[in-house]
Amino acid sequence: MQTFSALVACEHCDSVFRRYALAPREVARCKQCQAVLYRDSRLDVNQWLALTIAAAIVFVMANTCPVIRISLQGVHSETTLWQSAVALAHGATTPIAVPTALSIIVVPFMQITLLVWVLAFARTGQRAPGFARAMRMLVVLRPWSMIEVGLLGILVAIIKLSSFLQVAPGPGAWATAALLVLTTLTARRDIHWLWEWTDPARAGGTEA
Amino acid sequence: MSRPPRTQQLGLIACHACGLVCHHIVGGNEHVPCPRCGTALHRRRPDSITRAWAFLIAGLIFYIPASMLPVMYTDLLGNGSDSTIMHGIVEFWKAGSWAIAFVIFIASVAVPCAKFLVLGLLLATTQRRSRWAMRERARLYRLVELVGYWSMLDVLVVAIVSALVKFQGLSDIEPRIGILFFGMVVIFTMLSAMNFDPRLIWDADET
Repeated sequence: MQTFSALVACEHCDSVFRRYALAPREVARCKQCQAVLYRDSRLDVNQWLALTIAAAIVFVMANTCPVIRISLQGVHSETTLWQSAVALAHGATTPIAVPTALSIIVVPFMQITLLVWVLAFARTGQRAPGFARAMRMLVVLRPWSMIEVGLLGILVAIIKLSSFLQVAPGPGAWATAALLVLTTLTARRDIHWLWEWTDPARAGGTEA
Repeated sequence: MSRPPRTQQLGLIACHACGLVCHHIVGGNEHVPCPRCGTALHRRRPDSITRAWAFLIAGLIFYIPASMLPVMYTDLLGNGSDSTIMHGIVEFWKAGSWAIAFVIFIASVAVPCAKFLVLGLLLATTQRRSRWAMRERARLYRLVELVGYWSMLDVLVVAIVSALVKFQGLSDIEPRIGILFFGMVVIFTMLSAMNFDPRLIWDADET
C-alpha cells in the first residue's frame, strides 16, 4: 500500500495538509477546524527518556509513601493511593475500585513502562521489540490516566477532613505532584513522530 | 474560503492510531490493517452515532441514582449520617470553604450535566447532517474530551477519606452505593465522547 509521510490528516475533520517544518514551540493547526495537527517537540529522545525515568522513580515514591496522614485524639492513620482504591472494594461499591486503581495507578504505570521501553531503543534509531503494539497501547491508555484528578482529590480530602481532624499531606502527595508534572511532560506528548524517527528506511536499517 | 481537501476526495485514509496517511480506494475493503502499525483502518469510527447515544443514555440513567443515593457514610464520634454529592457541596459551602464547594460543584454537577447536553446536541445535530456552526461544534467536542474525566474527582475523594478515617469506635467513613453509580456515569460519558467521531460533523458539508 502506498503511504504518504509528507501528508497529515486532521483527526477531527479529516482535512489533508502537507507537513512543514515547524519553528521552535510552533503548533500546526488545522485550517478547517482549528484542532492541533502536530507540535514542535521541544525534547529530543534522550531528554524525553531521562524525564520518563524520573517519572518512574517519582511514581514509586507516590505509590509507596502515604499521601495523607491524620490524627484524632492521639490515634494516627495514613493512606497510600493503592489503599485508597482498595477502600472502595468493600461491599456494594467494589466494582468502582477497579477503574479507580486503573486510572491513578495501573494506567500511569503502564504508560511509563512502555515509554521507557520504546524510548530506550529509539535513542539509537531502533524500533523496540513489540514497538507497534506498545505504540498502539500508548494511544489507547492516554485518555484513562487521571493523575491530575488524583492530586486534586488529595487536596480536597485534606480540606474536607481538616475541619474535625489534624491532617498533614504525606510525602506521597508531594511525589504525586511531581509525577503530575513529569507525566504531563512525557506521557501527554505527541508520540506519532517516533514512528518517523525510528523508520528503518530513514535510519538505513534492515527491517522489512 | 475554499475548504482544504479531505482524505476521501484524494483517495486517502489516515490511521487513527499512528497518523500515517495511506492510499485507499473508496468502496474497497474497509478493514485493511495500517501498513505501519497494524491497526485496522476505518474511514469513520464504526457505528459512531449509535454507540455514542447508547453510552450517553446509559450515563444519563445512572446519573439519577448517582445524585439521589448517598455516596458516603460518615460516623463522627457516634454521630452517623449518609451524605449525597449535593449534600457534600452544601457542607463545604456552609463551612465557608466556597472555593472548594465551587470546585466540587463544577466537577460533580456542572461537568456531567454539561456533557449530557453537549453530547446530546452534537449527536442530534450530526445525525441530521446539520451544517449549523460546524467550527463551534468541533470546538465544543474538543472541550468535552478535555474536561470530561475531571468528574472522577468525587470518586477519588471518597476513596481517600474512607481509607483514612478508620478509628474503631471513634470515627469511621465508608463509601456508599451512590459513588459506584457516579463513577459509572463518568466512565459511560467518557466512552460516549470517545465513540463519537468528530469528522462526522464535517461530513454534512459534502453534497
